[in-house]
Amino acid sequence: MDKIILIGLNHKTAPIEIRECLAFSESDACTALAGLCGEPAIEESILLSTCNRVELLFTARQIPAAIQAAKHFLSHQKQISLADFEDALYLHQGDAAVRHLFRVAASLDSMVVGEPQILGQVKTAYRLATEQKSSGVILNRLLHRTFFVAKRIRTETGIGDHAVSISYAAIELGRKIFGSLEGRRVLLVGAGEMAELAVEHLIRNRVGQVVVANRTLERAMALAAQYKGSAIRLEEVADQLNRVDIIISSTGSPGYVLRAPEVKAVMRDRRNRPLFFIDIAVPRDIDPAINTINNAYVYDIDDLNTVVDTNIEDRQREAVKAERLIDEAVIQFRQWYDSLNVVPTIKALHAKIRAAAQAELDKAFHQQLGHLSAEDRKAVERLMESTVNKLLHDPTHYLRSNGCQGDRSVSLDVARKLFKLDD
Amino acid sequence: MQILFVSATLLYMLSAAAYCTYLFLQHERLQQAGVWLLAAGFGCQTALFGWAFAATGSVPVNNLHQTLTVAAWTLVGVFLALRTKFNLKILGVYTAPLAVFILLAATQFPNEPLQPQNLLKGVWLFTHILATFIGDAAFVLAAGVGVLYLIQERNIKAKRRDFFFKRLPSLDLLDTTGYACIVTGFTMLTIGLITGMVYAKIIWGHFWQWDAKEVWSAVTWIFYAVLLHERLAVGWRGRRAAIMAIAGLGVLLFTFLGVNFLLSGHHGQFTRW
Repeated sequence: MDKIILIGLNHKTAPIEIRECLAFSESDACTALAGLCGEPAIEESILLSTCNRVELLFTARQIPAAIQAAKHFLSHQKQISLADFEDALYLHQGDAAVRHLFRVAASLDSMVVGEPQILGQVKTAYRLATEQKSSGVILNRLLHRTFFVAKRIRTETGIGDHAVSISYAAIELGRKIFGSLEGRRVLLVGAGEMAELAVEHLIRNRVGQVVVANRTLERAMALAAQYKGSAIRLEEVADQLNRVDIIISSTGSPGYVLRAPEVKAVMRDRRNRPLFFIDIAVPRDIDPAINTINNAYVYDIDDLNTVVDTNIEDRQREAVKAERLIDEAVIQFRQWYDSLNVVPTIKALHAKIRAAAQAELDKAFHQQLGHLSAEDRKAVERLMESTVNKLLHDPTHYLRSNGCQGDRSVSLDVARKLFKLDD
Repeated sequence: MQILFVSATLLYMLSAAAYCTYLFLQHERLQQAGVWLLAAGFGCQTALFGWAFAATGSVPVNNLHQTLTVAAWTLVGVFLALRTKFNLKILGVYTAPLAVFILLAATQFPNEPLQPQNLLKGVWLFTHILATFIGDAAFVLAAGVGVLYLIQERNIKAKRRDFFFKRLPSLDLLDTTGYACIVTGFTMLTIGLITGMVYAKIIWGHFWQWDAKEVWSAVTWIFYAVLLHERLAVGWRGRRAAIMAIAGLGVLLFTFLGVNFLLSGHHGQFTRW
């Protein structure tokens, strides 16, 4: 199973500055996967890019060459020298790679353990890979197992209970700034699962009006209707600063949506009432310089990380349970993977016996049994066929099932020697 | 007499200890003990004050010892009043040790009653002294809240979740409390200045004599007037308001003590020892 390899970096190994350089948008990812299909050392591949991680999962034809190819591929795709991010990369192989993927999808490796968004992001990554036909037998199976495990962990452990991810961190901070959140107005810039979740949590904390800004007014209106708020265009955001207290930003914009001078200009009109910016976007939407303005507070996704650290402990206990489920799943996947080698053995065994039977039949029909009618020949063939099937049934069953205790590869080895299949 | 002073000092010390332990352990009971001990100490001081007032018919601010004692008493009184309105438990960590410090400082000065002065009698003077002390105490608390604000603001800006982040309340509460302290202080100081002027007119025949104490009191008043005006007019809040409240304490201390030590004027005798 060593040919399943995962390389990547995440919020623990790389700062946001590196992650935003390596982040792939959906269209980036599509072209990247198409490019990966052309790599001779790599068989199948899936690219997962979220704001907290960039991970490349692949199966290798030649392991060392594939790892080198994957690293250079990342550096080449994003036009960054490998030296800039190589230290942040981690590499998992075989069981470790499978376990890592399970942990990521089950949100055990997330910034906020138990946050639910990551599973959707893994699903999107897999969808892109199937669209590009970059995933094959092994990764298809692996990803389906991943989704199954993640769902099982969510239902069977309390890992997703209580407060959820960024939204909780944001609310706790908001309370430290505003005291009560009641009646504070919220501006949602852009959309996205995480940002929308944060808004929903804020609404549960009885915030005031919600204003939604989006690149497309239509989308903004749809969200605004959902929150019983109002919709504005993205260009109007700076004008709205006067009327809101909490800004949650999560656009796909490559540059800053709000800059320090725009905020500075509005502070006097606001009579210095505090402004709290929650920047969930990668690359960032809110100019970090805004944090230096009096009564304006900016938290980006990395900052929220520090906030949630303290809350992780509760989930850590549930995570222990989840880890056990993952260990089970890794073992199951390995068994499946190993059974891939059983199938060729069984095929070879069937082919050899059938070929021998057919050869003997042909010889007999030409010599001593040449006088038989067509109908009789068919009857003899059927007899031979069922005899062969009866004989093959038990060894096949034995090899395929869990009947062989311990290391299956030993049984396979014996079977191959017994029937001299390797010639 | 002496026993009341000593009990008050001891009670404040216990309260300070309770508050400091509360700061680390965050047990609600410690905080409550702190408040009750402080209130008990305040009761002792009130008895002391009442006893002195009944004996002489004037406010006991004849020398630095008495002045500081009254300062500690009003500080604790204003804190307790503030405590009922704002849920700012942590401010006790500032108030209780400060009250202890002031009382200990007071013991360094002899408490010899000067010759009885008819100057210190009358309702105008009583109001003048009490209002000024309460106003000053409110400003001292405003400065304390300002320090807490700056600590918490720095935590949030620097994205640190250290010791104080969890223990300090929201910026909004700190800012509101600081503002309330300034408003209270300014109101009391205004009353103190007006009654003082009226009293001066009655005794000396002039509302205003350009005495050093008078001038610096006016400077203090103007300082806080500007601070309040800026807050109401352009919204000076948060960090800037906190820094101004702390700076205001400097001006206040100079007016309260510095003027008497460094300059001469008609309030000099109250802080003589």
